Amino acid sequence: MNKRLTLKQRNAIVGLTFILPWLIGFLIYYVGSLFLTIQFSLSKVIIGKTGGYTTSFIGISNFKNALLVDPNFNQILVNSIIDILIDIPFIIFFSLFIAILLNQKFKGRAFVRAIFFLPILLTAGAVQSSLQLATQHIMGGASAMMKELTPSSGVNVNYFLGIFQELGLPSVLVDYVTSLVSRIFDIVRASSVQIIIFIAALQSIPNSLYESAKIEGATSYEIFWKITFPMVTPLILANVVYTVVDSFVNSNVVELAFNEAFTNYNYGLSAAMSILSTVAILLILGLITLFISRRTFYYN
Amino acid sequence: MPISIIKAYVKKFDKITIDSNTLSKYYGKLKGWLFTLFKFAILLGLSYIILGPLINIFSNSFFSSEDVYNPAVFMIPIKPTLNNYHLALLRLDYFSTLGHTLIYIITITLIQILITSMVGYGFARFDFPLKNLLFGCVIITIVLPTHTIMLPLYQHFRNWDLLGVFRLLGMKPINLLSSETPMYLMTIFGTGLRSGLFIYIFRQFFRGLPKELEEAAFIDGAGPWYTFFRIMLVNAMPAVITVAVFSMVWQYNDTFYSQLFTMPTDHILTLRLSTIQATLEFIDEIKDPMVSQLAVYAGTILIILPILVIYLLMQKYLVEGIERSGIVG
Repeated sequence: MNKRLTLKQRNAIVGLTFILPWLIGFLIYYVGSLFLTIQFSLSKVIIGKTGGYTTSFIGISNFKNALLVDPNFNQILVNSIIDILIDIPFIIFFSLFIAILLNQKFKGRAFVRAIFFLPILLTAGAVQSSLQLATQHIMGGASAMMKELTPSSGVNVNYFLGIFQELGLPSVLVDYVTSLVSRIFDIVRASSVQIIIFIAALQSIPNSLYESAKIEGATSYEIFWKITFPMVTPLILANVVYTVVDSFVNSNVVELAFNEAFTNYNYGLSAAMSILSTVAILLILGLITLFISRRTFYYN
Repeated sequence: MPISIIKAYVKKFDKITIDSNTLSKYYGKLKGWLFTLFKFAILLGLSYIILGPLINIFSNSFFSSEDVYNPAVFMIPIKPTLNNYHLALLRLDYFSTLGHTLIYIITITLIQILITSMVGYGFARFDFPLKNLLFGCVIITIVLPTHTIMLPLYQHFRNWDLLGVFRLLGMKPINLLSSETPMYLMTIFGTGLRSGLFIYIFRQFFRGLPKELEEAAFIDGAGPWYTFFRIMLVNAMPAVITVAVFSMVWQYNDTFYSQLFTMPTDHILTLRLSTIQATLEFIDEIKDPMVSQLAVYAGTILIILPILVIYLLMQKYLVEGIERSGIVG
């Protein structure tokens, strides 16, 4: 070879070889599959006996079926989206709060931290369903106990709920709070990765900021809103994205699409459902990212 | 006013200030105590929310079939039995399945670390055309729900064909389903379970390392691969540990891929647990779901144990690792 490559060109080639495995995988498994999914969603897929398949173009009737004919899809999609939207603000503030508590020094901190990280280990499907059952045991026990106690002690939960409503609080707020309380088990379990990320974020805040704030006489309330909160905002976005994706993977929509494909063998409809839900979730993510990234503070 | 009176006044004020000082000290102490109490109560309550169901599962796994229907039994069984564990061990074929699962997740994790660190390094340190666009594609793989591409993946591995080579040679495509091979393949090509996230973590970490390291290596005559394996990867230990823990835990708990690729149940422990109730019903003829659930509880405990041990061993490094692996800023 007469022409020798410059250092820059050589570096570019080396860099490409480093990312080559991912690039191949991305092209085959993601780009190729995405196109196939879109093709499936626009056609009638007939599955052959040997596992092959033939497709014939039928336009958007799969999407029509998913949205207008299928009895469950609409409802399940809307419900999961509402659930996600309700959960996000609470999960974020809850995990930030817990991260702040767990970042302070106290006896047995390692132990408490281990408890809060524990749900990461319990995400397997079968383990989840056992946990669900056990949770029902506990909740059932609690509500039975309450029923028995109500006549003797005079404590009536419905009465307190009534007070809340008569306080003149907007009923949306009351509904929000009660729906959160009823799903507290799920929410606490869904926020352990977020807690870890927030703890790491808190530890990366330089101590000198706090010291100077204290010398200037700032109260801890001011320190939180003027230092801690702005410094963790970049991670709030990351946590929101993680929360949305994670809660969506475990939602009923995925299950529905999965069953449609592998028990009813209706590939077209299943692909249409997947695409619809993915578009919905990407829209939500995009809106939230726009909303948050304007308010995000970058230290450097 | 005579000076003596003023002096007396000043003395009085001195006393008062001292008093208010001690008062505010007590007040501060009280506030501190109350705050600690509040914190303790919250942590206790939330810990119970997490641990409660687990404790329930644990105690139920020792119940005998009579305890289930005895309304007087709460948490502590009257006739404790190890029978549930015996059944679960037998029907899960625990040790053999666990062995297979461990081999599987450890291999996957090693591949995952190797490939994602390479890709992350490539994105962090080299300039090549379309780099930002390609990195955007990595972010897309993080955000895009996997079920969008599940059907094509299923079909792809159902009729696996090496870039059309088999068809050219007149051979039939291979069916790679019902084995772990699809997962190995996807992981090797950097698109395994949450590989995008790991690539992101490694990229952020490598960007934070000083460039002088590589310059020194380059001047000493080390090639890029030598530099990567002997210098950069060794320095990236915190990121490696973070990725290792998450990869192992997530792979162990993954049921989406193992269901999609219909992996053999005698190789994947968590998948096997989801079928154990049916097995108990047919082979052991335990028709009562309340009783067979006890064995499922025992199985749940058995499944949590190994990953708990791995996690406890590596927990200490985890938060440190995340902090230093540069996800944060």
